[in-house]
Amino acid sequence: MWGALGQAFAMVFEPYTIFVMIGASLFGLFVGAVPGLTATMATALLVPVTFFMAPIPAIAAIVTATAMAIFSGDIPGCLLRIPGTPASAAYTDEAYALTKKGQAELALGAGLVFSAVGGLFGTAVLIVAAPALADFALKFSSFEYFWLVLLGLTCAVFITSDRPLKGLIMLFLGLLVACVGLGNPAGFPRFTFGNTELLGGIGMISMMIGMFAISEIIRFAVDTSPPAVMVVEKVGNIFAGQWGLAKKYPIQILRGSALGTLVGALPGAGADIAAWMSYAMSKKFSKEPEKFGTGHIEGIVESGSANNSALAGAWIPALVFGIPGDSITAIVIGVLYMKNMNPGPTLFTTNPQNIYAVFLLFIIANIIMIPLGVLCIKAAKRILKVPRNILMPVILLFCAVGTFAINNALFDIGVMLAAGVIAYVLEENDFPIAPAILGVVLGGMLEENFISSMIKSDSNLLGFVNRPIAAVLAVLTLLVWFTPVVMTMLHKKVPLEEYIHH
Amino acid sequence: MVLAALSAAILIHIQAFPKTPGQNVGPALFPGIIAAGIGIGALILIARGWAARVRVPWLTLAPWTRSPRHVLACLLVIGSVVFYILVADSLGFLLTATIMLVALFAVLQVPLRWNLPVAVIVSFCIHFAFYKMLKVPLPWGVLKDHIW
Repeated sequence: MWGALGQAFAMVFEPYTIFVMIGASLFGLFVGAVPGLTATMATALLVPVTFFMAPIPAIAAIVTATAMAIFSGDIPGCLLRIPGTPASAAYTDEAYALTKKGQAELALGAGLVFSAVGGLFGTAVLIVAAPALADFALKFSSFEYFWLVLLGLTCAVFITSDRPLKGLIMLFLGLLVACVGLGNPAGFPRFTFGNTELLGGIGMISMMIGMFAISEIIRFAVDTSPPAVMVVEKVGNIFAGQWGLAKKYPIQILRGSALGTLVGALPGAGADIAAWMSYAMSKKFSKEPEKFGTGHIEGIVESGSANNSALAGAWIPALVFGIPGDSITAIVIGVLYMKNMNPGPTLFTTNPQNIYAVFLLFIIANIIMIPLGVLCIKAAKRILKVPRNILMPVILLFCAVGTFAINNALFDIGVMLAAGVIAYVLEENDFPIAPAILGVVLGGMLEENFISSMIKSDSNLLGFVNRPIAAVLAVLTLLVWFTPVVMTMLHKKVPLEEYIHH
Repeated sequence: MVLAALSAAILIHIQAFPKTPGQNVGPALFPGIIAAGIGIGALILIARGWAARVRVPWLTLAPWTRSPRHVLACLLVIGSVVFYILVADSLGFLLTATIMLVALFAVLQVPLRWNLPVAVIVSFCIHFAFYKMLKVPLPWGVLKDHIW
């Protein structure tokens, strides 16, 4: 183990990796701070560049950029009342209220400090939980994997979306996309319509660049809301009073981080849902809930740590099972496959140095976040003045070239554009995107494990629940399926008026 | 809103149905299950849409669809990528990218004096980053006698 750890240190502290991390940090801080550019988009934009790097610098770029982006999303939320990334939306009003009271530095400082704390907490859980889970998962056969994937997809539909039906349809659409091409157990070309480009399946990376970057550009192009006004003249010392906050709200920090890690680890739900949930939780358990919404720091402390811890939590299922915990890790899994670091329990046994390197990267990213974050806050005024009408077309061009770079194929640009337009239209109509992403990423795995389980058990469905772990996973899956149904039935018995009040 | 969603859903689902191939059990089983799932989901959505039909207008358009400039911007974002796919090989990356950026800058109201210079500089920067540093074979097109 120590040998592997030493190797990991050597890989991470190589000058090139450090250089990449600093570059990625600045990029992430910028992307997060510009409203309309999200952390997921940062990841998608990084993929064409990381494509040409060794595995560890590539992962380093993504880990640092996303951690920075989730923090710096707080900055425009605080100064302009526009969240920089969806993960900051939960407490944007609160932070802006603080700014109007003249306490912008307190809100920004809490965002920065407790982002780092949450991120480190999530990392600690990742370091402890992932190897243990991997050890356990080594015993898994196709039956367990089938149920696990199904459970993950189920979570994405039911837990993370308030519209299960639309979520379910999106999941099926994603699975359908995953069917395209030769990559199925029978090696039969499906849905290719005689097109050779489609034989290899629809490129996951080009599709995600489309879904997360192109759709945002379209959204910007049709945005009619007037420009926001900045109220702050000067931001003072952001560290003043942070220690006091840490002493005043230790339980909140711990609760936010724990909930964030958990939500992050659930497939389909990422930092944004973690922030909303922990903000709500903070309000519910607060001693002074009446102060929420009027510029009260408590909720920011809790949900600010939650969204950064979710980031690390999402890597747990991604590394151990190849099941993405959020949309960022969905892209990461694609990158890992490209780098021949296929996620799964064997990654921990055959190449432990790579895993240790990932852990180290997370720790470093969350530590360098503090000095770099201070710089970013100082530069915030200038970053927020960047003309987005120049930035967006440039990003569009960059996406097109970046997508082309992966296979040197114009066809991929077409896939990117189609995915972007479809994602935009569906999102505008309240269809959640996360289940579709999960369907695409996991479709192949689900079918493969299903078919090989069917063959092993001679098409006997009872074989799916014969092994104890498989049976437990099956029960869990069915439980998630039927709980909402039972809940709605129970709800219907409640008189209508009371139902409306809920 | 429900109906706008519905129309989108129907469009997608109609296309999804005939795609189900009737080949041997192996490869067709999974798409079959998926198609069935989508079909059922669509039917429920249609039913819900039908029930809500009385109260909801047939098509709710977002406010931006009434502003010609925003409609044009949306079309240009999509159109410029199509333009890139169609002419990048023959026209070459540098020219295609510059034209694309100039058009998009124009519709997004970038001041005129910035428009062309920024477009040219950005095109060259991206060309340099991808062609020179990452060795991506971006096409030269009509400029291929002046390769540098």
